[in-house]
Amino acid sequence: MAKHATPLLDQLESGPWPSFVSDLKQEAESRAKNEKGVEHQIPQDVCEDILGILELSYKHGRTHWKHGGIVGVFGYGGGVIGRYCDQPEMFPGVAHFHTLRINQPGGKFYNTKFLRQLCDLWDFRGSGMTNMHGSTGDIVLLGTTTPQLEEIFHTITHDMNQDLGGSGSNLRTPSDCIGQARCEYACYDTQDLCYALTMEYQDELHRPAFPYKFKFKFDGCPNCCVASIARSDMSFIGTWKDDIRIDKKAVAAYVGGEIPPNAGAHSGRDWGKFDIVKEVINLCPTKCMSYEGGKLSINNRECTRCMHCINVMPQALRIGNEKGVSILVGAKAPILDGAQMGSLLVPFVKVEEPYDKIKEVIEAIWDWWMEEGKNRERLGELIKRQGFQKLLEATGIKAIPQHVKEPRTNPYIFWKEDEVKGGWDRDINEFRKHHQR
Amino acid sequence: MAFISSGYNPDKPMGNRITDIGPRKYDEFYPPIIKANKGKWKYHQILEPGVLVHVSETGDKVFTVRCGGARLMSVTHIREICDIADKYCGGHLRFTTRNNVEFMADSLDKANALKADLESRKFAGGSFKFPVGGTGAGISNIVHTQGWIHCHTPATDASGPVKAAMDVLFDDFKSMRLPAHLRVSLACCLNMCGAVHCSDIAILGFHRKPPMLDHEYLDKMCEIPLAIAACPTAAIRPSKVELANGKTVNSVAVKNERCMFCGNCYTMCPSMPLADDVGDGIVLMVGGKVSNRISMPKFSKVVVAFIPNEAPRWPTTTETIKKIVDVYAKDANKYERLGEWAERIGWERFFDKCELEFTHHLIDDFRDSAYYTWRQSSQFKF
Repeated sequence: MAKHATPLLDQLESGPWPSFVSDLKQEAESRAKNEKGVEHQIPQDVCEDILGILELSYKHGRTHWKHGGIVGVFGYGGGVIGRYCDQPEMFPGVAHFHTLRINQPGGKFYNTKFLRQLCDLWDFRGSGMTNMHGSTGDIVLLGTTTPQLEEIFHTITHDMNQDLGGSGSNLRTPSDCIGQARCEYACYDTQDLCYALTMEYQDELHRPAFPYKFKFKFDGCPNCCVASIARSDMSFIGTWKDDIRIDKKAVAAYVGGEIPPNAGAHSGRDWGKFDIVKEVINLCPTKCMSYEGGKLSINNRECTRCMHCINVMPQALRIGNEKGVSILVGAKAPILDGAQMGSLLVPFVKVEEPYDKIKEVIEAIWDWWMEEGKNRERLGELIKRQGFQKLLEATGIKAIPQHVKEPRTNPYIFWKEDEVKGGWDRDINEFRKHHQR
Repeated sequence: MAFISSGYNPDKPMGNRITDIGPRKYDEFYPPIIKANKGKWKYHQILEPGVLVHVSETGDKVFTVRCGGARLMSVTHIREICDIADKYCGGHLRFTTRNNVEFMADSLDKANALKADLESRKFAGGSFKFPVGGTGAGISNIVHTQGWIHCHTPATDASGPVKAAMDVLFDDFKSMRLPAHLRVSLACCLNMCGAVHCSDIAILGFHRKPPMLDHEYLDKMCEIPLAIAACPTAAIRPSKVELANGKTVNSVAVKNERCMFCGNCYTMCPSMPLADDVGDGIVLMVGGKVSNRISMPKFSKVVVAFIPNEAPRWPTTTETIKKIVDVYAKDANKYERLGEWAERIGWERFFDKCELEFTHHLIDDFRDSAYYTWRQSSQFKF
């Protein structure tokens, strides 16, 4: 018999999509039965109280969680989010319900040994509920009490060789796409760059010293599967400089209908016979391709590497060989001054260990932002407030047309004194000799 | 339940302490076939919805079965995932950015057996545990935030509307009939932990009432200057307030007509709650994308200013989304993303075809960027 009646949540058990309500109930039941004899370190009926408090929110149309208190582990300023409910008498099991962020492995690859260790830990010292994964990328362990935090940290660091992720005004846990591990489009090893920078900047990740949050995300190609361009202060997007590699025989196979276009992504509907001119050549945004007399040609110098032709014919067209990364900066969600997309700062840099060229850009940006950024001002907002030119100055990068979609439409240039011959000190009396008052 | 120590000694917190070790290294967890072929992949193909093959230059093939799930996941459920991975995949698996689980097998036979197994598992309540799909020109899992399960600022729930929406969109998770892939995301407030602002369809929780002021406690609970500084429209000013008991306290006053309901003040000051059962609800935004394919990445645009929170299944929200998806599916060209389609036919035609009412709320009036969204042309459609 359930501890709390949940008539509203029960309606989310029907329908085909996996029901989180059913899963919560399953966990509540498993904890109550406790077949393994786990000595639960937080209330055994915690999942019953999660269901109870959530049902109350469904009834009230409002959340019942309060602001986080300041909780954490010794020496770190992030990784733990304090959480308390506003009805502790009704739901004592979730009165204290803190979250831990655990830094996920690259590409979110796991072995079951690690996951089972994590499950055992969270059964024992937490609610048994997780997010796989949080929006930033971390493994999120939902719900434990303050005395458990150091114990959990001790166990993950000593027994699992694993650290917490970021929260607050620090470097948030970096995340990456699947990359070269299982994708032919990846122009660099997203997982290695992500891991190397995560390790290099552990101090920035665990000890908040920034004006606000700062995110790195790593996309292997311009398809941007981890949405770095929309949601990371520094977005690393794989790209290439030389020619798209063409396999003529495979092009013919696509044209002849032997290989389904777009890797079979459109097989749920009859779109008719594949038409290379209509589906590839005419959709190319720069019109740099042609198909004449059975021959596909690409004017690579005019190509902007949008990936469309490669996505449509992955067996015939491959990314070039001279690969690297474009760095875009300043993306963020709307709060506060409106959403921003990443803006191109570094068009191309090779991705070579130990990644010093990339670290130079990162550290120059951090120096500027930590010096000039206001409290809770994201990098993108600082760039808007002080101007893209200031970003170029701070990073020592020369302005090039690739930095803009179009040049400015107003002439209000903030000329600097040293850019104008003679400077700004002039003699008004000399001027008046020729110009009466 | 007696407290059991992990070995941590609170009297000597630095004794034997391990810090700054970061995550486990990615390659510790690679399945052998991934390790052997990293950087050598030649091409891939979606064999059927939810089943992919990647072919390496070495001739190796890896078969991936992708299945959806709630990102809110119990350890019991994760252990079941582990059992499956142990049985078919040598104890390896991965998760995708969109909260799907991917099982990788080294033969098509294994992948087919795995798929059948996954599809056969159901929760006691009747829903699938591991529906296979989410590939190609269909709808993958919805990325989302915490909502009422764990957050203090949400204007809607997350897991509930996502479950309700995915039930309605389930056929498109299981098939690939759309003109292009379609990404749905949910953020339960405009903090957007999930950054939904570049999604084909974004479900966004939003408040519509200015903060209430808990004068008696405000100065004790909050740093008043921080609350004032938090307001992007300068609607908050310091004020002295006389309480019912005659005592005068320091507090704040809010110019309600300047409030844009962002909740940033509440983030800084718990004595300024905005949440309200009638005021809160959902904004629908459409036409965003993050890919650079064909057209540049785009922000999503607000097409429905407000839908009430209709717990537990949000029917108006899910029906509106379904309608937009179906009209798009019927009307767009092959490869055209929802936003590209809307731009080609024109937004006036989008509202027309989707039978959505256009109201003054949908015209931007926030800061300079608003101007660039008005129509500076005599070109329009009747």
